[in-house]
Amino acid sequence: MIEFIDAEACTQCDRCVPICPDLVFDAVPGGIPALARREDCQTCYLCELYCPVDAIYVSPRREPETQLDRQHIIDTGLLGSYRRAMGWKPGKPGSMDSDLSYRMHEDFPGGLGDTWKRSGVAGKS
Amino acid sequence: MNTLHAPTGSDAADALHCDVLVIGGGPAGCWAALTASEAGARVILADKGYVGTSGATAPTNSTVHYIVPDDPVQRAGMVRSRLKEGQPFIDLAWVERVYDQTGANLQRLTDWGYKWPRNELGAEFRGNLRGADYLHFLRRQLRAHGVQILDHSPALELLQADDGVAGARGLRRDTGAAWEVRAASVVLATGGCAFRSGATGTFNLTGDGYLMAGEAGAHFSGLEFTGNYAFAPADGTLTKGIIYRSASFSDADGNPVERPKVFRLLAQGAKAYAVLDKAGDYLADGYRHGQPNIFVYFDRQGSDPFRDRYPLRLYYEGTVRGSGGLLTADDGHTTVAGLFAAGDVTSRERVVGPASSGGGPASSWANASGVWAGKAAAAHAKQIGALAHQRVLRDSHSLGRTSPAHEQQAPSYEALLARVQEYVLPLQRNFFRTGDGMRESLAVLDTLWAQLKSTGATPALDTTPVERARQHIRLRELQAMVASARLFFTSALAREESRGMHKREDFPQADADAPVTHVRVAGTPDNTAHPLDHIRQWRAPLAWQATRPAPAAAEGVPA
Repeated sequence: MIEFIDAEACTQCDRCVPICPDLVFDAVPGGIPALARREDCQTCYLCELYCPVDAIYVSPRREPETQLDRQHIIDTGLLGSYRRAMGWKPGKPGSMDSDLSYRMHEDFPGGLGDTWKRSGVAGKS
Repeated sequence: MNTLHAPTGSDAADALHCDVLVIGGGPAGCWAALTASEAGARVILADKGYVGTSGATAPTNSTVHYIVPDDPVQRAGMVRSRLKEGQPFIDLAWVERVYDQTGANLQRLTDWGYKWPRNELGAEFRGNLRGADYLHFLRRQLRAHGVQILDHSPALELLQADDGVAGARGLRRDTGAAWEVRAASVVLATGGCAFRSGATGTFNLTGDGYLMAGEAGAHFSGLEFTGNYAFAPADGTLTKGIIYRSASFSDADGNPVERPKVFRLLAQGAKAYAVLDKAGDYLADGYRHGQPNIFVYFDRQGSDPFRDRYPLRLYYEGTVRGSGGLLTADDGHTTVAGLFAAGDVTSRERVVGPASSGGGPASSWANASGVWAGKAAAAHAKQIGALAHQRVLRDSHSLGRTSPAHEQQAPSYEALLARVQEYVLPLQRNFFRTGDGMRESLAVLDTLWAQLKSTGATPALDTTPVERARQHIRLRELQAMVASARLFFTSALAREESRGMHKREDFPQADADAPVTHVRVAGTPDNTAHPLDHIRQWRAPLAWQATRPAPAAAEGVPA
């Protein structure tokens, strides 16, 4: 569930407001977005991905954290860690071609793994 | 009286007009909208959330099955991969058609500039779609195609004319304003229903399409194949099955247990654990760089799932990963004129049989069925012609418009949702099914249905339009969840055997003596009652229709 927006990093661009699939945020004139409907958060991290300045932290736990060390999260570089793992550029898709999922597919036992090994498409390099 | 926030025609801003209205903006809805637009139709796409992040695909990465050209071995291997679990419902020729269409769609993505990874042989691997990238990409294509997108605009009611469905009405979540779209044809791509179980990606999947289509009289098939649960860390939310192929399971004392035993343990309230110790470095790297969202949970608390065991829970995924849904013809037409459907809202029995639709087939079905429904909806719109928007609307029997008059404050959304979940989510009710348990669930759900028809939220006078809309939408979502559960429990009671995702404790084996048939359900059209007050159930022979589904009489549908 979403925990916080870092007010120092947030530029109040309000990008997170429309892109949240569950409309958790409200824009606030002159301020950072409010977590207006926090209980509707589905922990999808998509606001983190779309945030152009890595200002949002979503806890991976379903329930709100009872003890959260905000400074520790910022200091240990967890803000934006999912965006970096996906290889997205700030606020934009990127690194789709670094996906190693084929290793999972090719590992399937029996015929299916072998089928996936034949499923590459010779494209222009 | 509570009509404050009802999206009546007079409340709605000027109606929008189009040829094809698509409801739902996951992959199926996006492909339907793109295809209808390419066929020359003017298209509006309305989603409950934001097109690009809404739905089950967006937050995760999904396998997609497809056929590569000129390789009969790959073709045969891919088509037959689901045969064992899918028998005898699966239709191999149909699977081949779905995977061929998917191959063509993936080629279109490539032509539009989608970037693929390369496998060890240096060839493009198109078998995995990163949800966030894929839907971001599709949204850009929608805009390039001139499709009008309505974000945060849940549909609450289908409009009906004498000759078929004529559009929809709903509310905007972000402003509270009413909207109305008049259309010649409608494509439902609203996804399945996971009953707000908490699994990532399912928050918006409350069965809205089943409710609206059910109100219009649509037929459903295979809804008993919905007993699907998926693993997640005990206090996490992400259900991603593929890593558990590399897992060892254990009980509270650390004793190894087999996977089926884990379901029993968790159903009994005992603890069960997993550790992904069967993945070597090469595969672990594949997981990490293929499915980064899985590792956010572990990385953020400094644990290592390849080394440290972690406690598990099981989330109900309902019809999202199930295989039942709306009965559709080859072209996506439902049994209601002018109403087409694609993706998870439809029955996928023909592709996966009684097994889960997860792991590739669902993703292929979403894009292939989206293309076919979009094409057929555009052709239907052309047939109806320019007078489509002048059609006289008749009473749709929908509860979507009227938030009913009532004398007393309804129980809270939270209390009502908890009640629905109590009779749907527990493993002992829905994974280990029994006749007695399901009859008990149905009795409670029937009572809830009656209650939800006659009560509504009474917003305080100072409530904002956004909050009023939210309350109305939540009431409608509760109706949809209760309707969905009544439809699938009715189906599950009818099938007195165990097959695939339908497991009966009281009938633990497949019935080898009787011929295998489909279980069909539908509401009962009646001018005095709501169509879904009484749910009919009947059996249909295991045969796939080449054209429209058989008219009710041909299937012997009870009145």
